Amino acid sequence: METNFTHHQSAHCENGVASNLLKFNGINISEPMIFGIGSGLFFFYFPLLKVNQAPAISYRPMPGFIFNKAAKRLGIKVKRIKFSSPEKAQIALENNLKNNIPTGLQVGVYNLTYFPDEYRFHFNAHNLVVYGKKENTFLISDPVMETVTTLTEEELEKVRFAKGVLSPKGQMYYPEQIPTEINWEKAIKKGIKNTCNDMLAPIPIVGVAAMRYLAKSIRKWPKTKGVKVANHYLAQMIRMQEEIGTGGGGFRFIYGAFLQEAAVILKNDKLKELSIEITKIGDLWRDFAVDASRVYKNRSNLDDVYNTLADQLLHIADLEEKFFKKLKKAI
Amino acid sequence: MKKEEIPQDESNLSKSNIKELCYATDENGNYTTGLSSGWKPKTIALENSLNTINERIEEAIQAIKSGKASPIIYYMELHRMDWTTLADYVGMWKWSVKRHAKPTIFNRLNQKKLQKYADAFQISVDELINYKGA
Repeated sequence: METNFTHHQSAHCENGVASNLLKFNGINISEPMIFGIGSGLFFFYFPLLKVNQAPAISYRPMPGFIFNKAAKRLGIKVKRIKFSSPEKAQIALENNLKNNIPTGLQVGVYNLTYFPDEYRFHFNAHNLVVYGKKENTFLISDPVMETVTTLTEEELEKVRFAKGVLSPKGQMYYPEQIPTEINWEKAIKKGIKNTCNDMLAPIPIVGVAAMRYLAKSIRKWPKTKGVKVANHYLAQMIRMQEEIGTGGGGFRFIYGAFLQEAAVILKNDKLKELSIEITKIGDLWRDFAVDASRVYKNRSNLDDVYNTLADQLLHIADLEEKFFKKLKKAI
Repeated sequence: MKKEEIPQDESNLSKSNIKELCYATDENGNYTTGLSSGWKPKTIALENSLNTINERIEEAIQAIKSGKASPIIYYMELHRMDWTTLADYVGMWKWSVKRHAKPTIFNRLNQKKLQKYADAFQISVDELINYKGA
């Protein structure tokens, strides 16, 4: 059995699954549109929580939030089901395929056989679409891959029932109800407002305030944690920031693309200007990553390097604060 | 980022012929997409993480050889797990998994528990208990 599903590659997995599933259901929506309406741009820093022996830094909201928010704002109903039994999870998925429903899955990356070994970590918030089954092989559309791929029954079960932080518990999801008419303007405005409020939140662990908090910590890392741990923390941060389309620069560019599309729909030229502005901020995030990677080559003056990075991050936080205040006013 | 600036460095992705999609602007400032084979700063950060893991595996091997730790530590590090992840895979509390990392306690584990660890590491019980840090 195979559904008539078209694979499009995307920069980020959750946007991509959402956009591909909605396209299948007749709604032509781009990846940046999902990202913008679903308020995908985010920043979170919570040093007490450790992930891979480093403080938790996230450039995105919790898995599932982007699609859920985007769907809600567009008036689409998304069905999500978790399972305790792998057998039932497989049967439910197969039933969907029989009913011509390509289905989104939350999966763990560690056992994804088509990923290069270096990329296989216990990261459980990856998303892909199953669009068919041939004999005992599932047909997979992983939106970060250029083309479609496959997983055996056994392989798919392993990734659906990966364990650890944010374990997917076999979760599958698909749009259940599609409205006949969509109010794009309202959805876009809601998405933008939500992002502005998140990024400007008066909480030290979220948004630009969290970037400043992180900058403060970065300055202290070499002294309080030692060079080795500090370098490990920084490496984890850069990986969260720039790995496979996520995070710092990459996310700002997707947001820029979103604002450009939104400017046309809302007939608002201010958004076009702001698109250029966030693109420039994205470039600064990339400069940050380049400078951070120098830490591993240049072992002298390490305090200076960390201080420079902290200054850079503070500068970005200032620019983003101004940017989101302007954006909030513009709509 | 302009489209012509999309990085095309060698990376762990390019070795497997995988390219990732990026958003960038064209000559008129309009957004478009392009493929990237990899970017050096990312590769450096990833290599640093992999080196850290390899060091931890090496430390685990030494600890097992000198009788300070049970094979659980080695396989946990080999599979890039932390205590929380391993505890979830075997369905036990984190503190009891930590106890099982002590050789004296590990040697007294019953077959059922050993099987859980073996399953988590995708090996046989024999392989698990006979690992001596070679």
